[in-house]
Amino acid sequence: MEVFLNHKGLVAPLDLANVDTDQIIPKQFLKRIERTGFGEFAFFDWRYLEPGVPDPNFILNNNRYKGASILVAGRNFGSGSSREHAPWALLDYGFKILIAPSFADIFRTNCFQNGILTISLDKEKVDYLMGMASSPKYTGYQLEVNLENQVIKDQNGFSEKFDIDAFRKESLLKGQDEIGRTLTSEDKINNYESSRIDRW
Amino acid sequence: MSKTLFEKIWEPHVIDQIDNDLALIYIDLHLVHEVTSPQAFEGLRINSRTVRKPNLTAATIDHNVPTSDRFNIKDPIAKKQIETLRANCKEFGVPLYDIDNINQGIVHVIGPELGLTQPGMTIVCGDSHTSTHGAFGALAFGIGTSEVEHVLATQSLVQKKPKTMAINVNGDLPFGVTPKDLILSIIKRIGVDGGTGHAIEFRGDVFKKMSMEGRMTVCNMTIEGGGRAGMIAPDEKTFEFVQGKKFSPKGSNLDKLMDIWKDLYTDENAEFDTNIDIDCSNLEPHITWGTNPGQVAGINSSVPDPESYSTPEEKSNAQNALNYMGLEAGQRISDIKLDRVFIGSCTNGRIEDLRAAANIIEGKKIDKNVRAMVVPGSGLVKMMAEKEGLDKIFTESGFEWRDAGCSMCLGMNPDILVPQERCASTSNRNFEGRQGKEGRTHLVSPEMAAAAAIEGHFVDVRNWK
Repeated sequence: MEVFLNHKGLVAPLDLANVDTDQIIPKQFLKRIERTGFGEFAFFDWRYLEPGVPDPNFILNNNRYKGASILVAGRNFGSGSSREHAPWALLDYGFKILIAPSFADIFRTNCFQNGILTISLDKEKVDYLMGMASSPKYTGYQLEVNLENQVIKDQNGFSEKFDIDAFRKESLLKGQDEIGRTLTSEDKINNYESSRIDRW
Repeated sequence: MSKTLFEKIWEPHVIDQIDNDLALIYIDLHLVHEVTSPQAFEGLRINSRTVRKPNLTAATIDHNVPTSDRFNIKDPIAKKQIETLRANCKEFGVPLYDIDNINQGIVHVIGPELGLTQPGMTIVCGDSHTSTHGAFGALAFGIGTSEVEHVLATQSLVQKKPKTMAINVNGDLPFGVTPKDLILSIIKRIGVDGGTGHAIEFRGDVFKKMSMEGRMTVCNMTIEGGGRAGMIAPDEKTFEFVQGKKFSPKGSNLDKLMDIWKDLYTDENAEFDTNIDIDCSNLEPHITWGTNPGQVAGINSSVPDPESYSTPEEKSNAQNALNYMGLEAGQRISDIKLDRVFIGSCTNGRIEDLRAAANIIEGKKIDKNVRAMVVPGSGLVKMMAEKEGLDKIFTESGFEWRDAGCSMCLGMNPDILVPQERCASTSNRNFEGRQGKEGRTHLVSPEMAAAAAIEGHFVDVRNWK
C-alpha cells in the first residue's frame, strides 16, 4: 500500500444515497484475476449509454470533473457486495478520498486496505460540499485533506475535523502491510492455536 | 458479568487487543470462492507466504459456474478465473469442492451441509452473505480480498469490534408467511443501513420455532440491512443439524464443544447497544418494489407514492426506483406482471425452499408469458430434491431444472435478464442491473415466486388455489 500524503484535489459530487457496489463495478467485470485496470469499468452502467458511448447526463462525465480525486456522495455509500473490485475501480479511476455521511462496513474496510481515505461528515457538511462541487460559481472546487491533523478544508473558510481509528490512520500514513504487522505477533497466534479445540 | 451471544464468541477469539476498538481475532473457518480470491493468492505468492491453515479453509466454485452444460464454460474470462482457483487450491493445499463433486454448491449452502459451520465459530468469506452462517450461533461476516489474503496468511483478522443490536421479534408467523417475509419486513423497518456497524442478534420464540433453513434465510439478509453479522442463539435443533456430517466434531471433542455451545445465549441482564422490537403476528407476504431491499410492500398494498416519504432524499430515492422499475405510484402490487421467475440462491436455494415451491405448483402449469428456473443451492440439495421427485414437479409445470450455483442471483454466469425483463426472485438483492443490465428484480419468498410463476403476476399465496 502506498503512503498516504496530504492531499489536495478536485471534488466531484454524486448526489445519491445507498450507492451499492454493484453500481460502482458491475458483476461482468469481476471475472478478471488482476487487481488493476478496473477504472475504465467504474460506474459502467451509469457512465455509458452503450460500451464506448459516455452518457452525457452522468455527472462524472461532465468535463468539469475530469481529473477529480475526491468524491462526495450520499449516505450508505458502498452498500451491498463485499467485492474489493469496487475500491480498486474507484482508485484506478482516480479517487483517493471519499466523503459521505456514512459508508457500508465492508466497503469502508476495503478502502483502507487500498489506501483510499473514507471521511464521514454530518449530512449538513456533506450537503455544503455537494453544493459547492455542483455550483457553476465554483468550477474547479478543491478540498485539501491533512490526515495527520484529521482536518479537511477548502479555500472559502470551510474547515472540519474528521474521525479515524488510530490504527487505520497509522497504517495509511506509513503505507503499512497489515499482514506483515500481524505476523510480528505470530507467537500469539501460535499460543492461541495450541489451546484450541479441534473442530473436525 | 452478563454477556451477549456476540460477546461470548468475540472475546475468546481475541488474540491481540490492538487498541480500544480494534482487535486481532482468530478465524475458525475461511470459505473461499473463485471471484474474490485470485488476487489474494497472488499476494501470497508475491510475498512468498503460505496458507497457514489449509484444513480450516474450504473452497468451491459457485459464482461463475453455468447451470447447464456446466463442464463446457464458454466465457473465456470466467473459465480462466475458475482454472485459477483450481491451480491456487492445488498449489496452497486448500481443499476444493469442484464442479464434479456432489458437495459443490453455493459456498453458504455447502458450509452447513458439510458440517464445517458450527456454533461459536468465527467464520469469514470474501462474500457479503457470509452472515448466513450466523444461523448456527456463529459470528460470520463478509470480507474483501485483502482481508482474504490476511486470513489465508495468518488465520486471523484485524477487526473493529462491532456494536450489538437486538432485534426482538414478538408473536408467531401467521400461516403462509415465511422467514423471507419476516427479514424483508425487518429491513423495511430498520432501513438498508439500519444495522451498519452492528452485530445483530435475532431474538424471540419465532426463531426457536423456525427451521435451520429459515434461520439461514434471515441471517443471510442481515447484510441487506447493513448489519456486520446476523446471529441466532443455537438450540437443540442446531446441535442436531451439525451432527452426522462429514466434518462434524466427534468423541471427546464433541463433548467439550457441546459444553461451550450450550452456553451460547445472551445472558438475562446483558445489554445491547441498540434494541428494536417488532411484532410479526399480522405480517403478510412481502415483495420489494424498488431497487434496494428496504423498498418493500405487502402483497395486498400498492406501490408507494414517492411524495408520501418525509425527506427529499427518500422522495428522490423512491422516484428513481419507480423510474428504473417501470412502475407507477398507486399500482396494485398484485397487478405487477412478470416475465421471469428465479428460485434459488444462498437466501432460498435449500431443500426446504424447493419443497415449499414444489408444493405450490404441483399439478399446475406456469403462465405462458413466464420463463421460470430452479437452481438448487448445492449438488446435495439437487440430489435430495431429485430423490423426492421435486425435479419432476418443477419440469412438468414448465420450470427449468438446473445445476447448482449462484446463477441469476447476480448473473455472473449466463443466467441473466435482458433489459426491462421483470423477475420474481427468491434471491437477496434487487439493485439496478443486479440480474442483468436494466433488468427489474422483485424479491420474494419461494412460495410467492412459485405462485407468481403460475399466475404470471403476484398473488397472495395464502388464499390462492
